[in-house]
Amino acid sequence: MTQSTLKDSVGIVQPQCIHFDEALTLRSGKVIDSYDLMIECYGELNADKSNAILICHALSGDHHAAGFHSVDGVQDEKPGWWDNCIGPGKAIDSNNFFIVSLNNLGGCAGSTGPTSINPANGKPFGPDFPIVTVRDWVNSQARLADYLGIEQWAAIVGGSLGGMQVVRWAISYPERLRHAIVIAAAPKLSAQNIAFNEVARQSITSDPDFHQGRYYEHNTYPKKGLTLARMIGHITYLSDSSMRDKFGKDSLTGKNFGRDLSTGKLNFGFDVDFQVESYLQYKGESFSGNFDANSYLLITKTLDYFDPAVDYDGDLGKAFLQGNCKFLVVSFSSDWRFPPERSREIVNTLLKANRQVSYLEIESDGGHDAFLLPVPRYLEGLSAYLSVVANESATSREQDDHAS
Amino acid sequence: MRADVSIIKDWIEPQSRVLDLGCGDGSFLTLLKQEKNIFDCGLDLDQENITKCLLAGINVIEQDLDKGLANFSDNSFDTVLLTQTLQAVQKPDVLVDEMLRIGKKCIITFPNFAYWRYRLYLISKGRMPVSTYIPFEWYNTPNIHFCTIKDFDSLCKEKSIKVLNRTVVDDKYQNSSLMNIDPNFFGINAIYHISR
Repeated sequence: MTQSTLKDSVGIVQPQCIHFDEALTLRSGKVIDSYDLMIECYGELNADKSNAILICHALSGDHHAAGFHSVDGVQDEKPGWWDNCIGPGKAIDSNNFFIVSLNNLGGCAGSTGPTSINPANGKPFGPDFPIVTVRDWVNSQARLADYLGIEQWAAIVGGSLGGMQVVRWAISYPERLRHAIVIAAAPKLSAQNIAFNEVARQSITSDPDFHQGRYYEHNTYPKKGLTLARMIGHITYLSDSSMRDKFGKDSLTGKNFGRDLSTGKLNFGFDVDFQVESYLQYKGESFSGNFDANSYLLITKTLDYFDPAVDYDGDLGKAFLQGNCKFLVVSFSSDWRFPPERSREIVNTLLKANRQVSYLEIESDGGHDAFLLPVPRYLEGLSAYLSVVANESATSREQDDHAS
Repeated sequence: MRADVSIIKDWIEPQSRVLDLGCGDGSFLTLLKQEKNIFDCGLDLDQENITKCLLAGINVIEQDLDKGLANFSDNSFDTVLLTQTLQAVQKPDVLVDEMLRIGKKCIITFPNFAYWRYRLYLISKGRMPVSTYIPFEWYNTPNIHFCTIKDFDSLCKEKSIKVLNRTVVDDKYQNSSLMNIDPNFFGINAIYHISR
């Protein structure tokens, strides 16, 4: 993969913090009196505000979806998490669209969440921060749209948990989007998905440094638990074959199943023998230094609770009867976290509800993470679909010009 | 405009729902959208075709016809189309049943394998016919279930399928008096409009 440069990216971007004073009642019944959302914007909003695209992030994402935070950073800093897709001339083209990306409530990248100070006691919320659901996120995103003066998004796009937010938008605010792009998602989590999340949560809460979630007050954090949680999560993001490729480079035959050794020989002990072990530990540890454990706990619950059919007697088709936005659903062949069958469930439900839907099943070894990777056919399909969306925005502008 | 398209499009009602199985690059659905303001849905497997459909703003679903159409509800479309694909599927009879379950009416076009030149080819050369119209060898042809107009008529009879309209044409989709006299001998392509 080639790293994005300043030239082919949206360039240097400046995050903004937007404060909302209106209380937000959550699905749980709890209320957040006021909150901040961190956002980034790329491209320019057109005169009739018809070219706005909202990007919804997945479990560990945030508002920094594209570009770089500083000129110096271009050398050593990674670009935003979806820089493969967002930028000038890219699939989500910042020359055509005004692209908004945010950090969701309960996150830990600047929006109000467990690390924020609870005004009631002057201490970080920690475990007292209420569980937020996808529906609550979408309600807060709708307020962000109001703030930005965007009545209707040209498209809302998201992968994984981000795709679930897109589905929720189409149900909660059917008139406020023209296109719903749902990538590598599922209509709800399976027992297996929830099981993996539970292992992640247990590893965090059983870390002695967790202190019932009040670890900030003890000047520590559950590093081991969060590392372990991320390690298990990371395995579910990759595929068997992508792991073989990644850890099978030393093998001349290519048939050692990715079992390349770390030091070239077996240690006959319980330390690292294979490259995959040190890789996972490295990934887990670096994540644990950049992410808040309470946020991780909370967002895995957000995932587990996602089930938009719950208000419709378990019939998701009924949920889709309102509205007329078009859908693009995309899945990846080697994704075993949310495999193609789960995306086809969404497609089939939309068909039964007589909705307009396109579906792509992309051949890729990238596993669940393929949605973040520059898979050529995926980018081509997304780009083709969005070129039509861009033309609609341009046409509506022309019509307005004629009217005025 | 493809000649078969100009015949078929007259059978499609404005504002109706059309499902095109094997929709190719979506050009027929695009035309129907422009001229008849239909609700479009296409199925295809070819990646280039799917991208072309997306570029044209056609709703396209990547789906293998041979894996069935169970994901489509009964009577959910006004017309289900299958153009020049019947002979390439694994279970043509099952597909026809499925089309009639999903669509109120169906349009099916296929090459007539009883066309006199194909018969002559087989008799004189003793080999499977290869023509400019069907340019494949027996081992690499996507066409695995050839049928004739008589065969399809008997399938319709067997399944009590109503034939609303049948047009037999040549490779340029033109009709001639010879084809009307003996469609199964002189016709190259058959176009059927059927319902339950």
